[in-house]
Amino acid sequence: MAPSKLSSVAKTANLAASALKNGNGSVIPNAVARSLPQAGQYQALRTTGGSSVRSASSASGTKTMTVRDALNSAIAEELDRDDDVFLMGEEVAQYNGAYKVSRGLLDRFGERRVVDTPITEMGFTGLTVGAALAGLKPICEFMTFNFAMQSIDHIINSAAKTYYMSGGKQPCNITFRGPNGAAAGVAAQHSQCYAAWYGSIPGLKVLSPYSAEDYKGLFKAAVRDPNPVVFLENEIAYGESFEVSEESLSSDFVLPIGKAKIEREGTDITMVSHTRNVMHCLEAAKLLEEQYGVKAEVINLRSIKPLDVPTIVESVKKTNHLITVEAGFPAFGVGSEICAQIMESEAFDYLDAPVERCTGCEVPTPYAKELEDFAFPDTEIVMRASRKVLSL
Amino acid sequence: MASLARIRPRLPRKVPFAFRGLQTSADSTQLAQDASHSEPFTVRLHEDSFRSYRTETPGLEVEVTKESLLKMYKDMTSMRRMEMAADALYKQKLIRGFCHLAIGQEAVSVGLEAGITPKDFVITAYRCHPFAVLRGGSIKGVIAELLGRVDGMSKGKGGSMHIFTKSFFGGNGIVGAQVPIGAGIAFANQYSGKPVATYAMYGDGASNQGQVFEAYNMAKLWNLPCVFVCENNKYGMGTSAERSSSNTEYFTRGDKIPGIQCNGMDIIAVKKAVEYTRDWVTSGKGPILLEFVTYRYGGHSMSDPGTTYRTREEIQRMRSTQDPIRGLQRYIEEWGLATEEELKKFDKEAKIEVDKAVEEAKASPFPSDKDLWSDIYYAGTEPAYMRGREREEVHYY
Repeated sequence: MAPSKLSSVAKTANLAASALKNGNGSVIPNAVARSLPQAGQYQALRTTGGSSVRSASSASGTKTMTVRDALNSAIAEELDRDDDVFLMGEEVAQYNGAYKVSRGLLDRFGERRVVDTPITEMGFTGLTVGAALAGLKPICEFMTFNFAMQSIDHIINSAAKTYYMSGGKQPCNITFRGPNGAAAGVAAQHSQCYAAWYGSIPGLKVLSPYSAEDYKGLFKAAVRDPNPVVFLENEIAYGESFEVSEESLSSDFVLPIGKAKIEREGTDITMVSHTRNVMHCLEAAKLLEEQYGVKAEVINLRSIKPLDVPTIVESVKKTNHLITVEAGFPAFGVGSEICAQIMESEAFDYLDAPVERCTGCEVPTPYAKELEDFAFPDTEIVMRASRKVLSL
Repeated sequence: MASLARIRPRLPRKVPFAFRGLQTSADSTQLAQDASHSEPFTVRLHEDSFRSYRTETPGLEVEVTKESLLKMYKDMTSMRRMEMAADALYKQKLIRGFCHLAIGQEAVSVGLEAGITPKDFVITAYRCHPFAVLRGGSIKGVIAELLGRVDGMSKGKGGSMHIFTKSFFGGNGIVGAQVPIGAGIAFANQYSGKPVATYAMYGDGASNQGQVFEAYNMAKLWNLPCVFVCENNKYGMGTSAERSSSNTEYFTRGDKIPGIQCNGMDIIAVKKAVEYTRDWVTSGKGPILLEFVTYRYGGHSMSDPGTTYRTREEIQRMRSTQDPIRGLQRYIEEWGLATEEELKKFDKEAKIEVDKAVEEAKASPFPSDKDLWSDIYYAGTEPAYMRGREREEVHYY
């Protein structure tokens, strides 16, 4: 295929891959006007049926795919590709996954490759880490990352640190995955973002995808990466549909770890976000353009660790304004880290206003919708912060 | 040194199970036939060398060779010498931080190695030096690691508790964490169809961690070829087994998993129990528990004199009556396999070997600042850079 015919996503992947190979941290501008996914498909999580992988397409011929199907096909392709890969977790096999992400995998790959565990997070996390140390490439699923607090010792002390402690003798190729952050109406113990927690640990790579293509390309990269990777999913996103490129349907489609994606190019303000909050940024960017003629650049981080600081810096040098948008707690968060990194970079001299952080509230997540709505940033909060930074 | 077994009247054979205790003498094994210098010969363990739970005890007859007994003697002597050298280096302030010595427990590490094959796997907790050497490492590599040198088995990055080989997975500083990891290694072997055993070792202290029971459950559920080894040295740090465990019969704590309790001071019994459990797990019978009743002469770590929670008399009694090296020495001499002079020669050789290793380790360079940044991520897959202590101190890969 001629380069000009490549989709923007494929270009991104190619450019990023070659940038990674060449060791340069060049920015990859990529103008993509992406249709906004429909929010509020939470109910779909409870369904057992659904469209099959790769079959969904819109009337215009543009293919769309849900995050759930993207993830399902990514897991299936990696299981298919490498016998050392197996999926283990609670309800992943016979139940088809608590959120149906692993639907059909037991039937296709059998109980050797798709393994139901008892409710025993510390145990099965330690066990999968052991299997990884012994040379396998486990996919360790947490029903949610909230439950991984039971086993965080194995993620950090057993998985992330062993390669270093052994002087490079003992690699640990494992992927920890599951929904992270707040869903809807599940209250404090089930609604927390762990990006900052895992993002602080040397030895881990931490991914937080936004779109269906992100999920597919980054998950496959995570499984193939020889380091422990924490793959933070979003429960509400599972049912959301995204346009996908032809290239992303390939079983060779892999996105580079550590490269952010510019979802929307702009010249006046940079919005840095990850996971579903990218959607709020894209909505706000649209409103800003309509209401004020402001062109916002939206950066989808994709990777929390390594954090693609060069891309943010280059963007800030262009726009001179920066906001961060995340649903995690404000203290010591992803936004805090970006602020610190910008302070420490040449981008600081380009800022025309202080950076604004949009974050989750500093409260345990409440149950009632009326309270929960106040606990997390939305498009209006992104607008508010943008107006402040731009003095609008 | 009198053997307990020989001065104690024999217990009637029909004593109910509950009243029979394990005996932990190091020298109660008897010849069952004349010892041979060239052929394997059979010896008979003391009848209270084992207890069992939900299974038969291993047989008391053990086939040994002169060669294997002498090798075990040499290995135990070397391991003790190495730990004594570590003790001295620590006291000279050449070793930093944690250092847990296994003096007194040599029959467990050396006996385990004698009963398994190089293809089997071992993982243990922080008291790991002998396993690291016996599983393919070297005394120099361990000592250099303790000294924080580049020739250390982990290039000086792991220290006392984090030493690895191809078949030894450490060395884990988080008490109990190595047990589900061990179950995972067994899972990987079952998954890959390798007919080998994994020995997941922990102490009486770690045995009360919840994840130990989580690992038992999954191992039994999935029939994993894993031997869960409780190295019961009677104290978890300064807390005696009786003060930590509602059930101190550690071999019975696996619920549906059978268990063997073994005299961990008699290396021939240890080897027998290891062979028995290896056969068990590699023949598809699922996991088994194995408790070695042993004793550490020193404190929990170098900062513990080891005498606030037990009496000096207790330590002295164990040293003088149940020492595993002196026990094996007695067998070798009594069975006419080697003379005291010949064994003393081995002792001297072990000392020379360890002294040489210490000197070589001391000659190894300290790591340089560039070593700080390697091995965080798999070579070739690192991030573009990692941050140092201030913003301009950045390491680029």
